[in-house]
Amino acid sequence: MKKRLTEKQDLSEITESQNSISDNTVSEEKSKLIELRGVSKSFDGETVLDSIDLYITGKEFITLLGPSGCGKTTTLRIIGGFEFPDVGDVFFDGVRINDIPPHKRQVNTVFQKYALFPHLNVYDNIAFGLRIAKISENEIKERVSEMLALVNLRGFEKRNVNLLSGGQQQRVAIARALINKPKVLLLDEPLGALDLKLRKDMQVELKNIQTKTGITFIYVTHDQEEALSMSDTVVVMANGKIQQIGSPTDIYNEPVNAFVADFIGESNIIDGVMLADYKVKFAGHVFECLDKGFEKNEQIDVVVRPEDVDVVAVDKGMLTGTVSSVTFKGVHYEIIVDINGFKWMIQTTDYVAPEAKIGLFIEPDAIHIMKKSEYSDMFGDYSSFSEELEHLSDITEDVEE
Amino acid sequence: MTGKKVISESRRRQTQKRGWLQRYAAMPHVVWAVLFIIAPLIFVAYYAFTDADGAFTLANVSSFFTEKYLSIFFRSLKLALIATAICLLLGYPIAYFISRSKPKTQKILILLLMLPMWMNFLIRTYAIMVLIQDTGIINSFLGNFGIGPIHILGTESAVVIGMVYDYLPFMILPIYSVMAKLDNRLIEAAADLGCNGFAVLRKVILPLSLSGVISGVTMVLVPSISTFYISQKLGGVDTLMIGDVIEQQYAASNYNMTASLSLVLMVILLVGLAIVNRYSDSESDGGMMP
Repeated sequence: MKKRLTEKQDLSEITESQNSISDNTVSEEKSKLIELRGVSKSFDGETVLDSIDLYITGKEFITLLGPSGCGKTTTLRIIGGFEFPDVGDVFFDGVRINDIPPHKRQVNTVFQKYALFPHLNVYDNIAFGLRIAKISENEIKERVSEMLALVNLRGFEKRNVNLLSGGQQQRVAIARALINKPKVLLLDEPLGALDLKLRKDMQVELKNIQTKTGITFIYVTHDQEEALSMSDTVVVMANGKIQQIGSPTDIYNEPVNAFVADFIGESNIIDGVMLADYKVKFAGHVFECLDKGFEKNEQIDVVVRPEDVDVVAVDKGMLTGTVSSVTFKGVHYEIIVDINGFKWMIQTTDYVAPEAKIGLFIEPDAIHIMKKSEYSDMFGDYSSFSEELEHLSDITEDVEE
Repeated sequence: MTGKKVISESRRRQTQKRGWLQRYAAMPHVVWAVLFIIAPLIFVAYYAFTDADGAFTLANVSSFFTEKYLSIFFRSLKLALIATAICLLLGYPIAYFISRSKPKTQKILILLLMLPMWMNFLIRTYAIMVLIQDTGIINSFLGNFGIGPIHILGTESAVVIGMVYDYLPFMILPIYSVMAKLDNRLIEAAADLGCNGFAVLRKVILPLSLSGVISGVTMVLVPSISTFYISQKLGGVDTLMIGDVIEQQYAASNYNMTASLSLVLMVILLVGLAIVNRYSDSESDGGMMP
């Protein structure tokens, strides 16, 4: 799994370098469609955004990802013009837009829970922006039917929006925003209210719409899976700060700190010591790895993804441990292994009996080294791991800011 | 056919399952309504269509449509419409302002709005009288600047002022209750789609608060038309309203005439309300009228 990803990454690096070559021909300022410089915002004395620096290029699908209260929605609202930064500047196409009200920005928003106008039918909802812009009714008719085709709602013109399903309302909201041909579309947790199956379908559909229209999408979500599967760029946020910006593969394979490693996917985060370049000691064993550039004997955090650990016989393992629980997940078994009191999560396709002693084998490219950060000791092992709790914490995300 | 039967069957069983409390909870009100609403209405109808000897006649009812009563009715209608329009013009912005302020401020403002209503409206009408009479507080204040006295008491303006003062809360409250429920995201969505402040008001807030406006207009217009005390205290001889006439007839023990005038007025109001409701039934959520 890891190897396949690295290959992909290599490919993306090549295309990225090509991009940067072509980018160099254009002046750098111009490629930045939206830029936030040192933006801070607080509500009632509570800091929500703490000196955010971020730029967004054209035709990009960028996702602001983070737990509730991390400032992602506030960032989106600042770009949309619904909040104004206390400190810092917002640029659009190189022009400072700090004080420009929403109706004068070339940005449209798909709101959380859609915010469709209940007194208008589907057609009039979608036509709303064009009517304000005084476009002729003939052109409106043409563009609305174009939009309805794009979001698969042909024939829904006269429907009452209050009687549509969640997915259909969602599509109307997208059409209503896109019909104005904005340079940027802001999406605030647009799939949050849909059930899982519909959410997956809409993810694919949204990605298709973005590719088809070539409009920059700025997407806010707390769902890491959604972020990884849809985005060109993911911005991981926590506590009002940007933790990491990168492609989904970068974010997953090369998390910068314990927060990102824990938030994106499952990870075993272990204290370790960097003995030398390519040599790391953790869990009482010295491993080869691919990381260098740390000081000798520097304290670091080690990330090992559950799917990158191989289960082997005890005598062939680098580490040995006792299986404390086994859960069948369909594609694989998820097992919790106790190694010297630290509980590891490991995903394996071979069945292992509970209480069995097993050996673990970790290849150099399965190990990722991170600098110590303020988040280092916040994420323990999997001793208290419970699916139910994980699920519950997901639900509470709904009440965002 | 069978499907319908099943539904009605289950519905019947549901009714059976209701406890005695649920079944009889409405009884006190039913008794009240029969004693003080239905029975009096039957008496009104009876008196309206009979003469002093109890014989059937249409004379009383048709006398409403004579020049004398019609001119009074139209004056009542005119003053009530003016008062309602002023209430709407004053009340709508206030309701909007209150609904957009912080929840804590909203509570205080609504309390301030309700406070005068805790007092009897006769007392409030007297207070207005003291304020606007020729030797009243307003005129003596203006007199300090050499203005006035402005003669208001005894004119139609005084009656309108009194009605606006008494009925303004009934305009503000239903509009406020609809606006308070308005999702702020709709306003943001409108701004996002290119509306400036005025366009947001015209395209989103106004259409979505229409049900509140209709309730408010109804709740001000109806009592304004039939008011009698305000016009007696604040108006003069030439501001006699239909409510005053009904009261005079009653005071003169002319019950047949009283009943017939009331009945015709009631029918006119009911027809008017039915028409208004017909055009607003799709938006009736949140309003205070059924």
